[in-house]
Amino acid sequence: MDYKVIQDCLIVKPNGEIDSHYADILKKEIENAALRLDIRNIIFDFSNVDFMDSSGIGLVVGRYKYTSAMGGITAAACISDRLMKLMTLSGLLKIIPACKTVEEAITKTKRGGKNEL
Amino acid sequence: MNFENEFSLKFKALSCNEGFARMAVSVFLLPYDTYSDIMNDIKTAVSEAVTNSIIHGYEGMEGYVYIRCGVKDNVVYIEVSDNGCGIDDIKKAMEPLYTSKPSEERSGLGFTVMESFMDSVEVESTKNKGTRVFMSKSLLR
Repeated sequence: MDYKVIQDCLIVKPNGEIDSHYADILKKEIENAALRLDIRNIIFDFSNVDFMDSSGIGLVVGRYKYTSAMGGITAAACISDRLMKLMTLSGLLKIIPACKTVEEAITKTKRGGKNEL
Repeated sequence: MNFENEFSLKFKALSCNEGFARMAVSVFLLPYDTYSDIMNDIKTAVSEAVTNSIIHGYEGMEGYVYIRCGVKDNVVYIEVSDNGCGIDDIKKAMEPLYTSKPSEERSGLGFTVMESFMDSVEVESTKNKGTRVFMSKSLLR
């Protein structure tokens, strides 16, 4: 996993296939980074993820709960069609915004995840 | 069933084997030259079933997960089984968002994903004996 901080956002970029094995590793890494760095929002950049099962949904929902408690948001960017099927089925995109790019997601965090009217 | 082609696999119930399990199924199916989205659906369903066996069937205890996979008339049949603790209430376990482990960030979507991504899913389970999941999907559109 690669990550970086832009303003108060932790940008997380997992590599490869997210199953329960990798989701557990990612969870620990993100938790450590979030505690160490002064961030309020988490943005998942899915551009290097070519497979995901429902463990990935659990991972994102867990981070959503964390950022909600901090008054921030969790967003997902660069979702391939392959991942989109699972994300739509799970209802995940009803609680977190799906963005085309990381930049768009950063903009979203400034509006608390709300779309412009 | 008398398959045209089939394989069986037995591996330790370790989460690091989930990738191996779904890759084995997808590599086996390569000669059937199916569509990439169908292949991805099958990989996802296998991953869900194997994860259930490891996380819920054995709950960290030692054991083995078994896969039997066969093809007949362009339909793939996959059986994922374990000798784990079994499921108390299959109907409840299959409800969307139900999880027996809410504290562990499980989404409760395993069976929902299997049912949505495959053409058929059947579950048999005996308390303290194990669980068997049968799934099938057409490799054609």
